[in-house]
Amino acid sequence: MAEQVTDATFESLVLKSDLPVLLDFWAPWCGPCRAVGPIIDELAKEYEGKVRVLKMNVDENPATPTKFGIRAIPTLVLFKNGETLEQITGAVTKVAMKELLDSKALA
Amino acid sequence: MKLHDAVVIGGGPAGITAALYLARSGCSVALFEQLTPGGQVLQTESLENYPGYPQGIKGYELADLFTAHLEGLNIDRPAGAVESVSGTAGRFIVRTDGGEENAARAVLVCSGARHRQLGLDNEDKLVGRGVSYCALCDGNFFRDQIVAVVGGGNAALEESLYLANIVGKLHLIHRRDGFRGLKVYQDRLESMPDKVQIHRSTVITSLEGEGQLTGLNLRNVQSGAEEYLPVDGLFVYVGFAPVTSFLPAELQRDDQGFIVTDTEMRTSIAGIFAAGDIRSKLCRQAITAAGDGATAAQAAFVFLEQLHA
Repeated sequence: MAEQVTDATFESLVLKSDLPVLLDFWAPWCGPCRAVGPIIDELAKEYEGKVRVLKMNVDENPATPTKFGIRAIPTLVLFKNGETLEQITGAVTKVAMKELLDSKALA
Repeated sequence: MKLHDAVVIGGGPAGITAALYLARSGCSVALFEQLTPGGQVLQTESLENYPGYPQGIKGYELADLFTAHLEGLNIDRPAGAVESVSGTAGRFIVRTDGGEENAARAVLVCSGARHRQLGLDNEDKLVGRGVSYCALCDGNFFRDQIVAVVGGGNAALEESLYLANIVGKLHLIHRRDGFRGLKVYQDRLESMPDKVQIHRSTVITSLEGEGQLTGLNLRNVQSGAEEYLPVDGLFVYVGFAPVTSFLPAELQRDDQGFIVTDTEMRTSIAGIFAAGDIRSKLCRQAITAAGDGATAAQAAFVFLEQLHA
């Protein structure tokens, strides 16, 4: 399972992470978020030690989504060394996510 | 390469029902779904006309129940998105974007339909930055703000009613004078003139905004008058397009690209069946998709029996 990030832990877990971070902004009532949820969990396991794959519930943590201008979910944001590398909105396939991680996070 | 009796493409109500019926008939089945099963049901807030749920049921709850119904059945669930279907009856080859190939005696196409885009220049860049196709997902980000909905069918009217409870001001933009959607929805929207402004015979000519949507350029198609409308969000409901790009070109489609079948869900190619929203038909609902799936499974089962005979 991908670990949950909160507004309080965002800086330490995401911005100050030594590994690249893929963060999934989601909410429990959002169908397309539920459609990608299991894929996020699989990626968390498959990329263990290489990319930290995390989730943030936007209902419980309004500050971070506002700060990053998130206006749609699911939105996936890839962070490296505290910087935003890429942002994808909408349900995308596992192949597309792996391509993103392989080409941007691990490059 | 593994040879299945049937490959089912798509895990919405049609595909899930087809896979369920075929597996229970003793056929070997592979079901392809790129995401979690449920299809467009997952984008629906609640279904109030699906029999068996008199209080209505949330879209994601019904999708979870569909998925639960597949558990315990002998159904392969290969990973990846289907990229092509080739071959002929008795031995079709289904290829995924990961490059894997699966062989199947019969193919059931249940890949459904996806929302259409407006086709404006910077639409793709503004998705998730003000442009949305899912009011249920993104409506909350526009609480008390100004948004527009574009479209004239039931989806546009239903989502406008949903959004009107959240946003500060809603502009409903439709290219024609009359709406195709239900009269009862129209009446409800017209009864709240302080909240909802309706722009008839109006098209969006371009989207304004760098990194974040800031407004829409509109043109009245009757008077030619142009107008700039500042908005925080735009929700697009201009119809659905079938997901058929991976299918053989010779498979018969209607003029909108939906697959033509007979009443038993047989397509123009023997051994390929189609069910659900991807079919050329009038009524596209979760319940009709499920019905199509059952019919297609039965027709495929008969087809497989004849192959073996």
